[in-house]
Amino acid sequence: MLLRYRGGPGMLAWAFHRIAGVALWAFILLHVLDIWLAAANPGLYDEVLAVYASLPGRMGEALLGAALLYHALNGLRIIALDFWPRLTRYHLQLWYASWVVFFLVGIPGAYLIVAPALGLPGLKG
Amino acid sequence: MQVDLRILRYDPERDDAPHWESYAVEAGPMDRVLNLLHAVKDTVDGTLTFRRSCAHGICGSDAMLINGRNRLACKVRVEQLGRRISVAPLGGMPVVKDLVVDMDGFFAKYRSVMPFLVNDAPASARESRQSQAERERFDDTTKCILCAACTTSCPSFWAQPSYVGPAAIVQAHRFIFDSRDTAADDRLEILADQDGVWRCRTTFNCVTACPREINVTGAILEVTRAIVARHG
Repeated sequence: MLLRYRGGPGMLAWAFHRIAGVALWAFILLHVLDIWLAAANPGLYDEVLAVYASLPGRMGEALLGAALLYHALNGLRIIALDFWPRLTRYHLQLWYASWVVFFLVGIPGAYLIVAPALGLPGLKG
Repeated sequence: MQVDLRILRYDPERDDAPHWESYAVEAGPMDRVLNLLHAVKDTVDGTLTFRRSCAHGICGSDAMLINGRNRLACKVRVEQLGRRISVAPLGGMPVVKDLVVDMDGFFAKYRSVMPFLVNDAPASARESRQSQAERERFDDTTKCILCAACTTSCPSFWAQPSYVGPAAIVQAHRFIFDSRDTAADDRLEILADQDGVWRCRTTFNCVTACPREINVTGAILEVTRAIVARHG
C-alpha cells in the first residue's frame, strides 16, 4: 500500500522524515565504529579520516547534514502541530516554510563542508 | 469519450490472488466512477461486486482506492480523473470479493470508543441548552459518514492493523468535546492505549481522503492534547 497509495505532501513529509531518521541512525552506527577504531587500530582510523576528508567523503557529510537539517526542521513542524492542533489547517505552509529554511541554511552549509576538498576555504576537520 | 477503466478483481472461489482487468467504457466528463462501475456490471460482467447505497456521498458505502487515492465512487467525476482510471478495494482490509472489503474490524474499533452520548443525569423538564460556541467545538467531527476512507489511507493502520484508526478517533472526538456528554474520561482512557492516538504520524492522508473534508488530523491531535492534559 505504501507505494501504491498517492498521498499528498503530508505523506511525503513523513516519508522524508523517516528516510532522514534511518540515515542518521546508520551514520551513528558508522561513527561508533570509526571511534572504536581510534583505540583498536589507530593506523586504520587515520585512513578512515582521510576518506571523510576526500571529495566523496565530504559530499557524504553534506548529505548527512541535509538529513539532519530536514529531520530537525520537520521535527519542529510536528512539535508545533502537536502543541497547537489548529495549525493543522496550515501544515502545508509550515512544510514549505521548513524547506525555505532548509535551503537558506543548507546551501551555504553544504558549501562550507565540501569546499576544502576542492581547495576552497571552508570547514576544516 | 472512451475511458480505460482498470479494476482490481478478486473472486475467492476462483482466484488465487487479486488481478487487474481492463474495460473500455463510454463516459461523459460529468459521469461519476460509480456510473462506470454500473456500466461494467450491467453490460459486461454481472459478477462485478461493489458496495453502493445512496449514490450521493451521504451513506459512505462506496469508498474505494481510485487512481491511487481513497475517494467515494459516487462523488468523483471522470473529468477529475482523466481517461485512465484504476479502481481497487480499500487498503489494509481483508477483501471479500472484488471491491468489497470486510468492515467488521473497522466497526469493532468504532464501537470500542463508545460512539454515543452518555449522560445519566435525570432529564430536565426543560430543554438542555448548548451555546453556539459549545456546539462549534465538535461541529467538524459530526460530519463523519464512517466510509473508512481515512482509516484505510493511513500508513500507521497499514503497518499496525490493531491501530484504532482515524475514523474511530473522529467519532470519539465528536462526543469527548460535547458539553452534554459525561464520559469523556472513559473515551480518553480508551484512546490512551498503545493502539490509540499515539500511532498517528501526521501524514495527513486522512485529511485528503475524507469526502466530508473533516480536519481528521486536527481532531486526532486535539484528543491527544486532551489525554496529555488529563494526565498532566
